[in-house]
Amino acid sequence: MRDREQTRRRAAITVVASVVLATVGTASGNLGVRAAARTSRTGEHLVYASPVEMLFSSDGARLYVLCQGSDEIRVLDARSFAELKRVSVGHIPRSFSLSHNGTRIFVANTWDDTVSVVDTRALKEIATWSVGAEPSGVAESRDGKRLFVANRISNDVAVLDAQTGEEQKRIAAGRGASYITPSPDGARLYVTHVYPNPAREDTSGGNRVAPRSEITVVNAARAVVADRIPLVNIAHGFRVAFSRDGRLGVVANLHPKNLVPLAHLEHGGAFADTITLFGADVGNPVEVPLDELERYAVRPFGAAIAPDKTHLYISCEGSEIVIVIDVRRLLAFAHAHPGSSASNLAASANYVMTRIAVGRDPRGLAFTPEGGKLLVANRLDDTISVIDVHTNRVIRTVQLNSPSQISVLRHGEQTFYTARHSFQGQIGCANCHIDSTFDGLTWDLEPDGFGRDIVDNRLIEDLRGTEPYKWNGGNPNLPTECGPRTEMYFWRSENYDDLTLTDLVVYIRNLPRRPNRLRQPEGLTPAQERGHALFSRAVDKFGKPIPESNRCSFCHNGPKGTSQKSFDVGTRKPTDNSALLDTPQLTNIALTAPYLHDGSARTLEEIWTVFNPEDKHGRTNDLTKDELNDLIEYLRTR
Amino acid sequence: MKKLCAILVLLAAASAFGAAPKMPLYRFENFTVATGLPDNHVFSVLVDGDRVWAGTENGLAVYDHHAWKTYTTADGLAHRAVLSLALDKRTGDVWAGTMGGLSRISGGRIDTFTQLNSGLSNDVVYGVSVEGENVWVATAAGACQLDLHTGQWSLYNERNTPMNEIWVYGVHATPTKVYFAVWGSGLLEYDQKTGKWDKYDDPDGENEMVLFKDQGLIHEIVTSVSYVDNIVWAATYFGDSRYDGRYWHNFLTKDSGLPSNFTNQVKGLDANRAWFSTDKGLAYYDGVNWAVYRTSLTTGKPEMTVRDALGKVTSVAVTTAPAHNYVLGIDFQGDDIWVATAKGLSHGIRQHEAK
Repeated sequence: MRDREQTRRRAAITVVASVVLATVGTASGNLGVRAAARTSRTGEHLVYASPVEMLFSSDGARLYVLCQGSDEIRVLDARSFAELKRVSVGHIPRSFSLSHNGTRIFVANTWDDTVSVVDTRALKEIATWSVGAEPSGVAESRDGKRLFVANRISNDVAVLDAQTGEEQKRIAAGRGASYITPSPDGARLYVTHVYPNPAREDTSGGNRVAPRSEITVVNAARAVVADRIPLVNIAHGFRVAFSRDGRLGVVANLHPKNLVPLAHLEHGGAFADTITLFGADVGNPVEVPLDELERYAVRPFGAAIAPDKTHLYISCEGSEIVIVIDVRRLLAFAHAHPGSSASNLAASANYVMTRIAVGRDPRGLAFTPEGGKLLVANRLDDTISVIDVHTNRVIRTVQLNSPSQISVLRHGEQTFYTARHSFQGQIGCANCHIDSTFDGLTWDLEPDGFGRDIVDNRLIEDLRGTEPYKWNGGNPNLPTECGPRTEMYFWRSENYDDLTLTDLVVYIRNLPRRPNRLRQPEGLTPAQERGHALFSRAVDKFGKPIPESNRCSFCHNGPKGTSQKSFDVGTRKPTDNSALLDTPQLTNIALTAPYLHDGSARTLEEIWTVFNPEDKHGRTNDLTKDELNDLIEYLRTR
Repeated sequence: MKKLCAILVLLAAASAFGAAPKMPLYRFENFTVATGLPDNHVFSVLVDGDRVWAGTENGLAVYDHHAWKTYTTADGLAHRAVLSLALDKRTGDVWAGTMGGLSRISGGRIDTFTQLNSGLSNDVVYGVSVEGENVWVATAAGACQLDLHTGQWSLYNERNTPMNEIWVYGVHATPTKVYFAVWGSGLLEYDQKTGKWDKYDDPDGENEMVLFKDQGLIHEIVTSVSYVDNIVWAATYFGDSRYDGRYWHNFLTKDSGLPSNFTNQVKGLDANRAWFSTDKGLAYYDGVNWAVYRTSLTTGKPEMTVRDALGKVTSVAVTTAPAHNYVLGIDFQGDDIWVATAKGLSHGIRQHEAK
């Protein structure tokens, strides 16, 4: 009976979704979809503020709110929260910081590759500085001479002259470098990154190795890497916070359990939502979980330690809560349990005091200047939760000026980021698609059998025209991919209603592709041109015709670089059920290592230098090394 | 030129009265496996402030706070044999060329680039040099350049340069020019501004005899190059060369203080002074005089000899010498020197009271 009900429900969802998508779905209708999805029923264009971070002015009179959706800083009265002004900045800002003299705000604009400099007296942007690829975090040195900018795509920290914006150098950081936090004394900067570092060359377990990450510690005076704090088994690091005495540091991070089959959600087996403690108070880093059975802390992001060091606060995006931790009990636990307790679902009861429900997708945290209240930026409902830290209750929810209606896209995005639809609220789409991208990991999903069909996670930008989905091409469309499949194999529960699924699908289908930094407006470089010729060639270097099916451009054709068909390219592993694999799109392929269906190629080069011995994945073995480099230079422009 | 002549006259006069020229005197402290090195065979040495890096046949060692720490392949190092080292002075990162690829050591993290996982032309990396945002690499199959901003690799070989042989032994990159020491193909010069290549060859061809001394590069088998103060210093297995852009001056054992023509490395200090790492000891040239530091080939005891401008050789009493006469490299730490040899690493501590 239950099965029949399930089947009927799924069928209904699929039909409704298919109808919606048929109406709006194909390439010719895309503009219509986007417009409809972003407008209200009355035709009003809906732009949501999407607050991500907050700062108080030096005198504490103003609250600056960084709004990612509306590309601006909203300036509020710090007491009344009344809006005073809006300052436009670059596109999709991710974080900001105040100069030490309080006269300037620096904003990292991710899609512009710029830093906005805002004068806090005039409240206007006074300069725009170019930096690396996808700047995501920014902090000024204590002496006001240098500005450090974490670049997510170029995986580095750019060091700029804080007065002129001139870039002095770049420092190698972790993969997906994103957030910068100065130590309380300003001597060091702590940089986190959102994608795991590449697997080491010497790993004997192939690509199925535990992720490793780091906190890159930068000596602010010398602008060099002073240390790298290892984050073992951590794939994604987010915000760092320090106690005022500088003795306790904490980073919010995500610990995937991707080396075991993803079949244990009901046992808390997909992710551990953890924080890692470091600094003099703990000695070696200690990882502690925030999860508790049936009360998960999905995707810890923001972190703040109370000025008196009594409590630690962590915002959890997917669970839509702020966790309150007793620091004294936390340190006692850490000393008694060195290393990692990530999988111990009983651990958090030792130090978590309470969980405070806040808005959707809570991100940045900020204490009011007197320290009595904690503000929480709720990105996906345009609110700021005000928590009284004495009672640990939300005493006010500030609604930023924003559309009152929820568009299809907005609802889809809310669905993408929440964990409320999964069994016991353990995971959401964004667990594996960090900030709507990918996670750099390989997974063993259950439907193919345990230990079978290890799969690499793909980027989900610009997906229209790339179906079917899954590496075996088994899912014909997104409603199937995101609906029944996700409910059965990921969520372990049926919680989407038909409209929610439809909105989610519309959101995913409308995720735009980020700018490709390696494709210059003036055209391809000579090396890229040579690579393009190799990509399109029909004759090998010995003058022998290359069969059409063995040319790069045969399988990877069209604007997205996929024929949407499956082929055997000779990469089947003993654990694979089939040699036939869906042709992946090439969208921003340079960013999405590892490669191949199972992530066995750590770099683009390895696709051909290691995994193409018989030329089944295109004719490449006639190429010299410099020609292969040219081919890769071209692919990096896709 | 006048200054040089004056010095020559003074030194000649001093020599006539029997006084040996003042040359730097060192007390050598030698490190081996017994004192913490992972291997006695030290290919390369690099000074980074208070730290000293040693590329050995069995790992990369760093001497810091009077203790050695070793990085191996288990830490991510490309290969156990570390042939060359370079420091990115801006970032503090150390680049290590190995027999199995190129590694970057940054804040304790090692990232490795190989011919399979990257655009590196070949895994045998004889030389590496960092200039600005570019890492220049000398390999057994040509040279290459990694742009750290874009991640792009550019390869240089017989197809796009005047490189007749692709066995590149050394590279030295500066903001204006990049020089490559090519084993069997002379010296290559790349102009960073114009993108043009130039090639310097032995006018005697591949003839082992020197028919045209000071007419060009001393030999085609170039092992090392150093470019400083607009002067090129080149080391070969058959003597060494100095080139000022117009004139060549070559050094052979028979007419200089060079202890051997077989030179593994040359490092110019400035336009006039250079250090030579040979198979028969370490040599220093101050523009006029030569000093050689080694274990005596006859007595087996430490020796320091000084050869003045007139060819007069004087022995200086010393009690220590570099760990071995087969010297592979040198680097400088203030007044001190660090010397990589085939049987240990030596720290030459400058003795200021010496005459």
